[in-house]
Amino acid sequence: MPTWLEVLLEPFSYAFMVRGMAAALMVGVVCATVGTYIVLRGMAFFGDALAHAILPGVAVGYLVGGGAREPLFWWSLVTAIAASIGIGAISKGAQLREDTAIGIVFAGMFALGIALISTVRDYTADLAHFLFGDVLGVSAGDLYLIAIFGGLILLVVFLFYKEFLVLSFDPLLAATLRLPVHLVETMLLVLTALAVVVSLQTVGVALMVAMLVTPAATAYLLTRRLPSMMALGALIASLSGVIGLYLSYYISIASGAAIVLTSTVFFLIAWAVRTVQRISANFYPKTDRL
Amino acid sequence: MGILKELRNPNISSHDTEHQEGAPILEISNLSVRYENAIALDDISLRVSTAERLAVVGPNGAGKSTLFKVVAGVLQPSSGEVKIAGQKPGGHICIAYVPQRSQVDWKFPVSVADVVMMGRIRKLGLLRWAKPRDWDYVRQSLRVVGLQDLAGRQISELSGGQQQRMFIARALAQEAELMLMDEPFTGLDMASQEDILQIIVELQKRGVTVLASTHDLNLASEHFDRVLLLNRRVFGLGPPQEVFTTDRLLRAFGGHLRLMQTESDVLALGDTCCEDETSHAHLA
Repeated sequence: MPTWLEVLLEPFSYAFMVRGMAAALMVGVVCATVGTYIVLRGMAFFGDALAHAILPGVAVGYLVGGGAREPLFWWSLVTAIAASIGIGAISKGAQLREDTAIGIVFAGMFALGIALISTVRDYTADLAHFLFGDVLGVSAGDLYLIAIFGGLILLVVFLFYKEFLVLSFDPLLAATLRLPVHLVETMLLVLTALAVVVSLQTVGVALMVAMLVTPAATAYLLTRRLPSMMALGALIASLSGVIGLYLSYYISIASGAAIVLTSTVFFLIAWAVRTVQRISANFYPKTDRL
Repeated sequence: MGILKELRNPNISSHDTEHQEGAPILEISNLSVRYENAIALDDISLRVSTAERLAVVGPNGAGKSTLFKVVAGVLQPSSGEVKIAGQKPGGHICIAYVPQRSQVDWKFPVSVADVVMMGRIRKLGLLRWAKPRDWDYVRQSLRVVGLQDLAGRQISELSGGQQQRMFIARALAQEAELMLMDEPFTGLDMASQEDILQIIVELQKRGVTVLASTHDLNLASEHFDRVLLLNRRVFGLGPPQEVFTTDRLLRAFGGHLRLMQTESDVLALGDTCCEDETSHAHLA
């Protein structure tokens, strides 16, 4: 009978598990931080569309590189930035409703990606990695890229904290104060794109939106200030990454799905807590309410 | 006295664009705004002097929000001109747009003090953080509107009147000299309306010019120096008793107004609804 300590430490005897844990931790922090703005601005659909839209870029990199994994990061980076600015432009100049226009473009791009990858024989395993993640396949080089770009994202969020805050809360105030509204808005879109690229190997394009939205939404239910929402979201996301990988290791389920399911359970717990609080507050109204 | 003087940082001018000596704080000449297939504002001209209280009165869709957005410089007019202290509105940050309460997500995770501090971010500048002096501005602005004890509250915990006062505090923290209040009385009870009216008097003492849009003819006539009767074009501008004649009101409000003849007076019942008229307006 192994002790708890052995259970906890055993996965770390494999280098790929150590790298996977490191990647999941970093991706969790980055996605939850950027995800805070996505949740507050109601951009979940944009994040989902963006993640799917990078598949053709990944596919071209995959075909050109003959299946090599290293260049895929850069291919997805270029595609994601182009897609984020493109989708941002669609939502401004659309003849149709914004969500319709985004839906058409992202499904088309996603199909193009699948079509490109399917030209390769025995493509299903690789396609599954792009769609659902392959965090255990993260290399040391990938880890450096995640650390550098993840650090860059956090730095930009820190430096432009108050501009992002005002733009998200009251765009009209941002405009009357003569802030460079379009620039700040584009920066947020590009940050989302970078977060998607950094997380690509961990959860894949199909589950990406969960990393962006679920931990941040969980924190939204439990906090009242933006910095604490970011911090708690980052904590929940990292915990989900680590717990998910343990689950994946011990009960042999896909790692990306295990991480997302864990964060979903966190969300459900927070939601249940809030609901019970609301109901009990109705039963016992506070006397000092304003 | 003189919070603006106390608050003003002598090192930074409160506006990027220099104010011209002797020019009125707001001068609008022949202003028109057209959307694709509708005229929102037609040939508006008006002059407002410093520390004046002007009520902008008109039915829904009269273009009140549009007028404020053009003055704030976030919406470009189709023709005509707006001058703030003799200069184009584009460079000024001395103008504050005090939004309708319905335009804001009240569950946003920010405190009252956080929102008031937002008024100062242009003063702070990029890549700079609030200093103790900026927090002093926030505290003093909250004191003027009587919210100093609620600074740490999450904004959803405020009542409607407190929410409105918080936005006025934000405009004060911005060191605004011209405040554009979009429907500040809508949806508030009498006591809260009274609070806002007293704050507007206080602002006037401090040299702040206030333009407030409202549906409420009684409020406008009792508490403002002049009224602008607007329904896409100007139907009257001047002291309330001159502008609010039965004839003019009927023309401006059309079928939305009920007039009741009483023994001594005409009682005007304005339209009661207050839907957002800005949905078709675009930011410049």
